[in-house]
Amino acid sequence: MAATFASSSSPSLIDTLFQRSLDDVIRALRSSSSAALEAAAIARALDEIRREIRSPDLDTKVVALQKLTYLASLHHFDMSWAAFHALELLPSTSLPHPRAAYLAASLSFHPSSTDLLPLATHQLRKHLAPSPSNSPALAAPALHLLALASSPNLARHLAPDLLPILSSQSSSNLLRPKAVATALRALAVCPDAAPILFKPLVECLSLSSDPRAVSAAIGAFCELALAAPDPSPYLPLAPEFYRLLVDSRNNWVTIKVLKIFSRLASLEPRVAARIVDPVCELLRCSPAKSLVFECIRTVFSSLLDHDAAVRLAVDKIKEFLASDDDPNLRYLGLQALNMLGPAHSWAVEDSREVVIQALNDTDTNIRREALRLIMVNLCDSNVVDICNMLIKYAIKSDPEFANEIIDSVLATCGRNVYELIVDFDWYVSLLGEMVRNPHFAKGDETERQLVDIGLRVRDARPELIHVARNLLIDPALLGNPFLCRVLSAAAWVSGEYVEFSRNPLELVEALLQPRTNLLPPFVRAVYVQAVFKILAYSFISFIEQIQAGESLAIGNSLNQRGKQEGSDLLAAKSSSDQNNAFEIGHGVATADNAILFDSIEKQEIFKHESISCLLNLIETVVGPLSECDEVEVQERARNVLGLVLIIRGTQFWNIEEEHELTRDNKITKIVELMEAAFSEELGPVSTNAQKRVSVPEGLILNENLSDLLDILGDDGISPCASVSFSFRNHHPTETNKDSASAIEPNSLLSEHRKRHGLYYLPMDNDKSESNDYPCASEPLLPVSHGEDTEDIVKLPAQSLIPEKEKPTRTRPVVIRLDEGDGVLSANLATARESKHDLLSGAIRDVLLRNEKKPSSMHETSPPDRTSQRRENDACENSELISQQKESNSFGDREHGNSSSRKSRPHHKERIESSEQNEEKSHRHSGKSSRHHRRHKHRQREDAPLDIVPQAPVIQDFLL
Amino acid sequence: MGIRFVLLVNKQGQTRLAQYYAEHLTLDERRALEGEIVRKCLARTEQQCSFVEHRNYKIVYRRYASLFFLVGVDNDENELAILEFIHLFVETMDRHFGNVCELDIMFHLEKAHFMLEEMVMNGCIVETSKSNILTPIQLMDKAS
Repeated sequence: MAATFASSSSPSLIDTLFQRSLDDVIRALRSSSSAALEAAAIARALDEIRREIRSPDLDTKVVALQKLTYLASLHHFDMSWAAFHALELLPSTSLPHPRAAYLAASLSFHPSSTDLLPLATHQLRKHLAPSPSNSPALAAPALHLLALASSPNLARHLAPDLLPILSSQSSSNLLRPKAVATALRALAVCPDAAPILFKPLVECLSLSSDPRAVSAAIGAFCELALAAPDPSPYLPLAPEFYRLLVDSRNNWVTIKVLKIFSRLASLEPRVAARIVDPVCELLRCSPAKSLVFECIRTVFSSLLDHDAAVRLAVDKIKEFLASDDDPNLRYLGLQALNMLGPAHSWAVEDSREVVIQALNDTDTNIRREALRLIMVNLCDSNVVDICNMLIKYAIKSDPEFANEIIDSVLATCGRNVYELIVDFDWYVSLLGEMVRNPHFAKGDETERQLVDIGLRVRDARPELIHVARNLLIDPALLGNPFLCRVLSAAAWVSGEYVEFSRNPLELVEALLQPRTNLLPPFVRAVYVQAVFKILAYSFISFIEQIQAGESLAIGNSLNQRGKQEGSDLLAAKSSSDQNNAFEIGHGVATADNAILFDSIEKQEIFKHESISCLLNLIETVVGPLSECDEVEVQERARNVLGLVLIIRGTQFWNIEEEHELTRDNKITKIVELMEAAFSEELGPVSTNAQKRVSVPEGLILNENLSDLLDILGDDGISPCASVSFSFRNHHPTETNKDSASAIEPNSLLSEHRKRHGLYYLPMDNDKSESNDYPCASEPLLPVSHGEDTEDIVKLPAQSLIPEKEKPTRTRPVVIRLDEGDGVLSANLATARESKHDLLSGAIRDVLLRNEKKPSSMHETSPPDRTSQRRENDACENSELISQQKESNSFGDREHGNSSSRKSRPHHKERIESSEQNEEKSHRHSGKSSRHHRRHKHRQREDAPLDIVPQAPVIQDFLL
Repeated sequence: MGIRFVLLVNKQGQTRLAQYYAEHLTLDERRALEGEIVRKCLARTEQQCSFVEHRNYKIVYRRYASLFFLVGVDNDENELAILEFIHLFVETMDRHFGNVCELDIMFHLEKAHFMLEEMVMNGCIVETSKSNILTPIQLMDKAS
């Protein structure tokens, strides 16, 4: 009774005596067979812990904390509530207590979530202080905690306490390497600490240091140099790094040094020239694969100008690739080859067999690397062979990898508006082939490319419609949900480019086959719309055929669809076939197929019967769709039926003599209307088209925009995707109202214009516009083909890929609008601002002015930025004055990329101290001249000639 | 940052040791991350390579008996060196526990953590000598 009472308020002696140890808890967890039992065991343990951890007895408390640490770390339980209890145990004099507390803290503390962290400052300082009474067993975990959980403030306060450990020269000091790693963390969270911490870090690199300290320091410098956006502040340390590269027998160190050098070599060509020999030596002689691999990486990333080194590295790669028993080496070999890029495709060519073989590896990662490698090295000469091979291979491989292959083929071939593709007929048929892969699941991209090629590449359209026909006609494809997007594209193509089709009627039949009811409504809508277009086209052609037959002598004048040759042919053919037209059996529904296919064979295009069959078929299949509850499908179905009704309504079906037809006004009208509806060709629209419209004089774009907000609020005009379709001239007629979804916004717009006319440009501007920017759809009539290309070229200079002259085949024109790539990359470049700018700035200062006292401890937290900026403005005047001096002392170094990336706070710091710079840099060069006294005269000779901006700063250590 | 985390996972996918270095992850994020990694790595066979790309970094892993040692590293880290590091870690534990097994690590989790602390700090490898790694632990054993 007493015990229960006590336990509710404070833990009793009983609790202490019968406390379960960590081992007991682990055993209990192990013995619980099911998840439910385990959860119960954990809940029980947590209950105990909550009670025990408040015990005044430290031993009880520490066991509770250990149990909690275990549960939190391995079973993901929150232990932030126990932060204070961990801190309570830190001052204990019994060694296991603070160790357990440190372990708990290092696994759970973080500056973002632990607000009690400042409470630890004093105890950490005590444990870090070098005194004989202080066991290193506590300094080590203290450093570890500091490395894991230091906040900027903690790092700033404790940075001076790291100094004694960092600078101790005793080789028995096991803490020094740890202090180095902790200092690295302190520098990362608090760049202001650089003036204090950086110099001891540099000293750790020196010859006299303990090898372990050197190893840790090189690791730290590697992190710093790799993470810095601009590693130039570390260039002055290159002599030290070089010494380590040559002298060190420790592979860890050498690997890190190589990493640093591959970063520095991009800044300073002499570094590359200098390290080539040692790297080659290591490549040849080192038995350690990790080191050899690092050498290969270094060569591939920064020594590409040195052919011998590249050859040597490629030879080593071949060894890697050939190691059948070690998948790791094969993987890394492929990965390294990937670094080489297309410029050194010979290296891949050398190992071609192995790379292709790797596509068959048991390891998906290796296969993926091999695929990546092959794709990187694709060029317009091998794209056909390799893609054919890959797509064939994809059929045999597992679903996941098959789709990866398809994905990368699509991505690589589609890159930069199909720059690799010369033979679009091939590519389009390849698309058709890959769709038939049983694992195919990349419908969206394939859909996009099929439509996109149709819009951009005029010459590919005949093949495109051939491929579309083959896809549409196959009933097996309809049930596959992954393919519906592709089929939607195929249906669109079949409607839009029906004039290239050999047999439009067959297309209609494919579009209306029974299994199309498996398609989702949005695809179905595209199908119905395609039927509409094909029907319109067929009917027009039929009428034209008749007229052509009548007026063959005069020549056909009705051809407004820009297919001069095609229709000539058509006219000739139709006149000769006219007599056969009625010989074929009558249009009963069951005989439809026979007629349709018969007409392919005979190459007869349109006949009375076939049109009649067509109308029957459409009525049978589309009729029920007019009741469909999907509005898109329903609307389009009704449109099609409307057209059928109109056609049927003409006398044409009643009279026997075809020649009477053309005299029927109604028919002429229908033909005219439909021609108008579909004569405009769709083209790609640049996302930047709007920007190229010059602003007319007197128009202030930003004025009264707030008024517009209200107006625009109610009729939302949908934003266009990257490519949108629109008609330039549209006739508000019955046949036309559904011809493209883009018309809807158009009509909305015109209504809007009516209501708010004052915000619009005058209507007659429409015509002059075409001089300013490309029309949404380029009317690419074959007659004026040459002029059109000129038109496009006129717009943006780079809008068309320069046509490559191939001996066998010329690349067709691919319409390409500039998509503003430049803007994107510029954004990326400017987005790279980080704390590291501050850090490298601070380090640069330290390296150049070693003796300088930590001038200013700026806060780096965001609120203080503003105050800094204010100061900045205040010292703008002095900035101007010091500009002159700065250009003398710092100018050479501030060239190029380093200056552009610099953040403002650092800039200010630099300016503040610029007066001391001249003096300091002199002192520095005096100091460091011990390395290079020998070469001083040479440096002076080189300096004016050197093209490298940093040259004067990097003391001529390497020559 | 070099090493981002070190994980020890058994064949059943239960975490046996977890130490994170680089970024701070919430408990849920850790649980999700460990789940994803375990799913990715444990399904792989001996004939497959020891490197897995995950999110924006790499995982280098190695299997010893029933335990998987998984180390998450930055993309520019040397994979083979990390494999050597894993091996060193295992050898060190082996020397301390004598033929180390999963149970040793379960019941002496803090010691495994101490060893790791000696070897890796702030994601950097700071100690590679087995005797140096074990000295403080032996001292503590003697003291208690």
